[in-house]
This record gives sequence, structure tokens and C-alpha cells, in this order.
Amino acid sequence: MTPLSLHAGDIAIAAILLVVDAALSIGLRLRFHRALLIASVRMVVQLVAVGYLLRYVFAGHSPWLTAVLVLAMSLIAVREVAVRPVRRLVGGNAMVALPNVVGVVLLTACFALLTAIRPHPWYDARYAIPLVGILLGSILNAASIALTGVLDNVRLQRDAIEAQLMLGATFRTATAPLVRRSIRTAMVPVINQMAAAGVITLPGTMTGQLLAGADPVDAVKYQILLLILLTGASCLAAVGTAYGAMSRLRDDRERLRLDRLR
Amino acid sequence: MTLFVEGLRNTLAGPFTFTVAAGQCLAITGASGSGKTVLLRMIADLDSHEGRVTFGGVDRASLRAPEWRRLASLVPARSGWWAETVREHFPPNLEAARRSLATALLIPETLFGRSIEEASTGERQRLALVRALIAEPRLLLLDEPTASLDPVSTQAVEMAIAQRLAAGITVVWVTHDAAQAERMGDVALHMNSGGVLAA
Repeated sequence: MTPLSLHAGDIAIAAILLVVDAALSIGLRLRFHRALLIASVRMVVQLVAVGYLLRYVFAGHSPWLTAVLVLAMSLIAVREVAVRPVRRLVGGNAMVALPNVVGVVLLTACFALLTAIRPHPWYDARYAIPLVGILLGSILNAASIALTGVLDNVRLQRDAIEAQLMLGATFRTATAPLVRRSIRTAMVPVINQMAAAGVITLPGTMTGQLLAGADPVDAVKYQILLLILLTGASCLAAVGTAYGAMSRLRDDRERLRLDRLR
Repeated sequence: MTLFVEGLRNTLAGPFTFTVAAGQCLAITGASGSGKTVLLRMIADLDSHEGRVTFGGVDRASLRAPEWRRLASLVPARSGWWAETVREHFPPNLEAARRSLATALLIPETLFGRSIEEASTGERQRLALVRALIAEPRLLLLDEPTASLDPVSTQAVEMAIAQRLAAGITVVWVTHDAAQAERMGDVALHMNSGGVLAA
């Protein structure tokens, strides 16, 4: 099966849709044409740059270059997770986000590369980088929802948590309802994604493979593997982030230290 | 068991130093915001602070924090609830003690099957007291326990605490009501603004 090749001219024809959008924006005074123009240009420039960067990295076979790229992508994800909650831990939310995002992405990516995917060498950038990218997307979602769930709700739950502490409960028991609720909320997107896959939506990865000419059953196998990896990574990231954030608000006398939250 | 409080202070109030003998009630009165609640929270070890607390000859620092808080129970002015129904806040193995104490504090038994939102402020205040008392703490820290109660319920609460005092538990009772401090306190102290205790 040969993939259909796409030329710049073909894409230019598709871009007529954007021109129509812009015309509608001007005609109906929707005032989004400026933002649309900027976003479209950004999208093209960013993707073309990434395309050339990846072509260079894939050709180079340098594990160091792959490692640097993986680390850079992870750090951007850490920043996104840290800025999402309204509340800030004293010392920075990144303290909680960093070990969880980086730890979970390395763990799941290495696990998948060494067991299920098995490229040669196992760190081949052609497999490692797309895998890390898609994993980071899910980890970012799960970790930021879990972190927001704990940090933005703990103040409202103060009376409930301290009531249990006053009766002699441990910090872990007293904060368990809030931590559990935050983790459950963080798992909703990825569970939805699995439940809807194939019935309500065709997942992005699979769609891309089908358009590029892959066999549907082959595409499905990869999609199943990916969804399993994404779910596993999301769960680990949500659990680690929620417990990590809560432990920053506890001291050696098992007190709830809201003075460490701004 | 005798309570010794030595140099208890944080940025908001103190230092506080006093002694309450076993089976006695220390009543503390004073204006709102003078630091009475802060003092109770420091004794219960809920806020970070300096100073030393000894109870029945045991240094608080030698106990794990949850163990200390089972021994020294704080009933706050604004009680917290973590489950949906009233009943879920009470351990099932203490059902008999809960029933008899609820009756003594004039709480209708049907309330325990309802959701916590349906309980009035006064009912919640008495429920929180029941919750603390059935765990049988040896030191009871009460923050305005009768603030939203009618005279009949207030009397019921005072009687229940008087019984515990007679059985030997030690009480620190914060109240706005000078007459109540007179009735319940074996010793009375007044908190002046800025967190200074005086006789």
C-alpha cells in the first residue's frame, strides 16, 4: 500500500476554508480574523519547523539529541501543569509537577519501547519522540486536573479535614476524600477517550495513519496500544501529583499547613 | 490529669502559661479576635507554634500528633463535616454511647438519618460535641460550645460536661458568657486584646 503524497498546492487549496472563515469574520463582524490569521501562521511555521527538526533528529541517530528533545518537551509540560491552578504552593507548584511528569513519562515510554514496540535501537528517535509527545499530552491533562483539584479545593475543605484531625485521625485519613476526588476527576478525560474510541470518534493517531494509507486493522492495533499507555501514564501522573501536592501541605505534627498555599 | 501549658505562642497570640488541675474546668472569657481560639488550636497542636504542653505527666512532644489529639479533643466553634449523612460521622462501634449522649443533649434520633445540610447550626454544634465526647478524650477543649443554643439545650450541654468533670476529665472552656464562665469554671481567666491572659 502506498501512502498518498500531499503537495504544498493541495494544502493551499484546503486553506481556502480558512479564507472563507476570515471572510465570514469580516462580513459578520465576528472579529476573530486577526486571531485566526496569527494562529494559522503560527501553526504552519511551528509544524514545519518541527518537521525539519524531527527529520534532522531521526537521521542523526544520536541518543543525546533525543534525550535533550525529550527533556525539553517534558519541561514545557511541567510548566503547563504548574501554572494551571489558581493557588500557588510556597516554593512553586513545579516542585510537585516536575518529578511526576518527568518520572511518569520516562517510565511509561521506556516500558513501551522495551516491551511492546521494540525498535532497534530501543531509543530510536523515530519511535521515542512521537511516543513521548503523545504521552506528555495525556500526562499534562491528568496531572494539571489533579493538582488543581487539590490546591484549589483544599481551602474550602479545611473545616472537614481539620474536624477529622481534631478527632485524632491521621493526616492521610483526613485528606483522603479530597485526594480521591481529585484523582477521579483527573481520570475522566482518558476514560472518556477510551470509551468513545471507534464509536463516537476516530482517535487522531489512527486517523493520521488511515489517511497516510495504513491498513485499518494495523492502525487499530497501534491505537489500542497507545490508549493503554496513555491511560496508564495518566493514572500514575494523577496519583503522584495529588498525593505529592497534599504532602506539601502537611508537617511533622500532621497539621494542615494552609500557610504554605498562596 | 493535670494540664501544664508553658510559653505557648505564635505570631497571633501568647505567650500563655497556666495550669489546670485534673477534673477542673478553666473558663476563658474575652473579646472576639483576642486569641482564645488560637490558644485552643495551639493546645490541640493544629497550628505551628512554640512552647510546651504536658498532660498527666506526659510531654505532648513525646506522643504522635494523632495520639495527642485523641487524648485532647478540640470542639471548634464552627464544626466541620466530611460525609453526606449525619450518621456517617459517628463510628458504628460506639453506637450505644452515641444514642445515650444524643438523648441527653436533646438531639432527635431521626436527625442521624438525614443529610448534614439539614441540621441547624445549634444541632451541628451539639452533634460535634457528641462526636468528640464518645471518643472519651481526657482533656476537652471547648470553643463557644453553646453559642447558638437556646437556654434549655445550653443547660443540657452544661450538665453533660459537669458529669465528665466529675468523672475526672480536664476542661478548657472558651465562652463569651460571663455567667456561664462563673457557673462552669473552677478557675476563670480573661483574655485581653493582643492575646494576654489575666486573672
